[in-house]
Amino acid sequence: MTNRRNNITEKIGFGILTLCLIVVVLIIVVIFTNIIINGHSAISWDFITKAPTDGMTKGGIMPAIIGTFFVTVITAIFSIPLGMGCAIYLNEYATQNMFTRLIRISIRNLAGVPSIVYGLFGVMLFVEFMHLGTCILASGLTLSLMTLPMMITASEEALKNIPMSFREGSLALGATKWQAIRTNVLPYAIPGMLTGTILGLSRAAGETAPILFTGVAFYLPYLPKGLFDQFMALPYHLYIMATQHHDITLVRPLAYGTAMVLIVLVFMMNLGAIILRYRLRKNRKE
Amino acid sequence: MEKNIIIKTKNFNFYYGDVKALTDVNIKIEKNSVTGIIGPSGCGKSTFLRSLNLMNNLILSARYEGQIIIDGEDILHKDIDVVALRRRVGMVFQKSNPFPKTVFENVAYGLKINGITNRDFIDQKIEESLKGAALWEEVKDRLNVSAFDLSGGQQQRLCIARALAVEPEILLMDEPASALDPTATLKIEELIQELKKKYTIIIVTHNMQQAARVSDYTAFFMMGKLVEYNKTNIMFTNPENKITEDYITGRFG
Amino acid sequence: MIERHFDEELQKLNSKLLKMASLSEESIYLAIEALKNRNKELAQNVIDNDIKIDEFELEIEDYSIELLAKRQPLASDLRFIATGMRINSELERIADLSVNIAHRARDLSKEPALKVLVHIPMLSDLAIKMVKGSIDSFVNRDLDAAKNVIKLDSEANNLRTEIHKKLVEEYMTKDVTTIPRSLSLFLVAQHLERMCDHAKYIAEDVIYLVSAKNVKHKHEEILK
Repeated sequence: MTNRRNNITEKIGFGILTLCLIVVVLIIVVIFTNIIINGHSAISWDFITKAPTDGMTKGGIMPAIIGTFFVTVITAIFSIPLGMGCAIYLNEYATQNMFTRLIRISIRNLAGVPSIVYGLFGVMLFVEFMHLGTCILASGLTLSLMTLPMMITASEEALKNIPMSFREGSLALGATKWQAIRTNVLPYAIPGMLTGTILGLSRAAGETAPILFTGVAFYLPYLPKGLFDQFMALPYHLYIMATQHHDITLVRPLAYGTAMVLIVLVFMMNLGAIILRYRLRKNRKE
Repeated sequence: MEKNIIIKTKNFNFYYGDVKALTDVNIKIEKNSVTGIIGPSGCGKSTFLRSLNLMNNLILSARYEGQIIIDGEDILHKDIDVVALRRRVGMVFQKSNPFPKTVFENVAYGLKINGITNRDFIDQKIEESLKGAALWEEVKDRLNVSAFDLSGGQQQRLCIARALAVEPEILLMDEPASALDPTATLKIEELIQELKKKYTIIIVTHNMQQAARVSDYTAFFMMGKLVEYNKTNIMFTNPENKITEDYITGRFG
Repeated sequence: MIERHFDEELQKLNSKLLKMASLSEESIYLAIEALKNRNKELAQNVIDNDIKIDEFELEIEDYSIELLAKRQPLASDLRFIATGMRINSELERIADLSVNIAHRARDLSKEPALKVLVHIPMLSDLAIKMVKGSIDSFVNRDLDAAKNVIKLDSEANNLRTEIHKKLVEEYMTKDVTTIPRSLSLFLVAQHLERMCDHAKYIAEDVIYLVSAKNVKHKHEEILK
């Protein structure tokens, strides 16, 4: 009797879980189809190689692609070493006490802070206080700040996944702490760390708020030539096209096209992370 | 006798934070002997073993008093070079922990971190160490396969070879055969008999018969105290202490 | 303290040994009775009974080996099983010697009696005393009792020598017709003395069992 009831409960539970999955997949499919249907007509070679013209009603989005690319590179340059270093220190060296626990909780909380807050903080710190002005460097730094918590958390998880025995085995052979970490922890933690890092970067690439006041431009007739120039970026360009343009209905296909490019870009970065992780894992096994 | 003593502890006390794990351990360990450490779980036997190469220093709340003298030098002194000590006092862990590298790289690891790059020397040392761990014949044609492709018993012998490569004087073994099948266990035990010709071996084991088989001396720990330390043949036929008797005949523990 | 099933098994081995002890003790009594009373039937009984004792010895041996294989005993458990096996075979030898005496008793009962030498009853009493003493020391794990048994051994040797001497001097050299009967008694004395030796071995085993000291071939300390 109980057995039969258990069986029914089991089936209902399984059904609900399957339904959840179907709903999520459906949502994703709807979003993608919507973007592809509305945006595919805008995609052309010119669209990704030309600058916008005629009050952004015609032409391409090349400066925004370039801008997003460089701002992401800057973010990577600052956030990867800092994030990994921080994670290594926290996980391998720091005494595990109230203080480090507090730091860890703070880092986790920072990951949940809205990106606009980072944007305002970036204006205050980089643009005003450090006199960088609104530029690609200030934006990159702001995005770095925003992604750091996520990178540290992901990297620390990756380090935690490396068995204690790797460290002990190494130390027992007379390795110094850093030797043990460098030769017997990092090589195996790096795939995991990189995955978290690239996911963080792909989120940064799609963010609008942190760059909004720190360096992104509505429209620029030229490409940024240095770190202190302003730049165009895909998410912001999309935001303008979708909400701020004087003729929104006219440029709607362009907005969808931009969204498609942005999604493809982010998707490629994530794919890159997966491939990288897979290859490093494979190397490790051999 | 005194001349042949390689390890000597004097009133050694060990604490994890406020918890006292070892109390007044006094023991003298003879060179080129096998000393078995037995005792119920949580009796401090692993803590004692891991004190001998200062592995416990990884635990931040660890605190100790007294002396552990190895080769005439107090290793608890704050000026001791921990890295150099660990090269002299090798360790083999309970769960075989080969690194996710090839067989060759596993054995070469200790040499490489010690800055040895001479390829011929490394090759020679690897052959020597693998032979020393009775593994050479089984892996000589497979030095470049992943250590994880070896069987459990081979992995543990690989870990022994890895420890031998840095030429320690003392080998600490923390239940080295507890996860192995009887045949692989037997091989490890045979190996220990070979190894004691060159090394001093201290082995923690849960298996009383194993301690009886492999060790010359046996130390019985109970609640952080060294209850009895005796020649193995006496320990297992006529222990002096009633508690020891009760433990080794399985009346508790 | 953990309840060990092994303890029950050891207890079972102990009871088996006690039964073995009582069987061989009985066979000594009866053999000596047969000798004293020239009782042919009783002697035959002892001889026929031996097969049971032999079988029982094997049973104990098998059981001990089974326990060794199954439990891999250590410390006092190990000493008990190891000495148990030895005591078992000592008891069987004692029973065999009783059979030998019974054979002699049977033969002697067919012939006219020789005038009884006072030393033979003395030696047989001593043998019974030593065997009984060694078994008691095993039952009670009694070190002192075991030592006392060992102390008695030299007396047995003296008695045997005395008997041999008397048999030669008083019968064999004086009247050749007594030689076959004298030889039988000669052997009886020999068997009784051997019995005392086995009792002594049992006592030595008991000392090892209780104190883990091996006193074989070195009795000086005990005899002090």
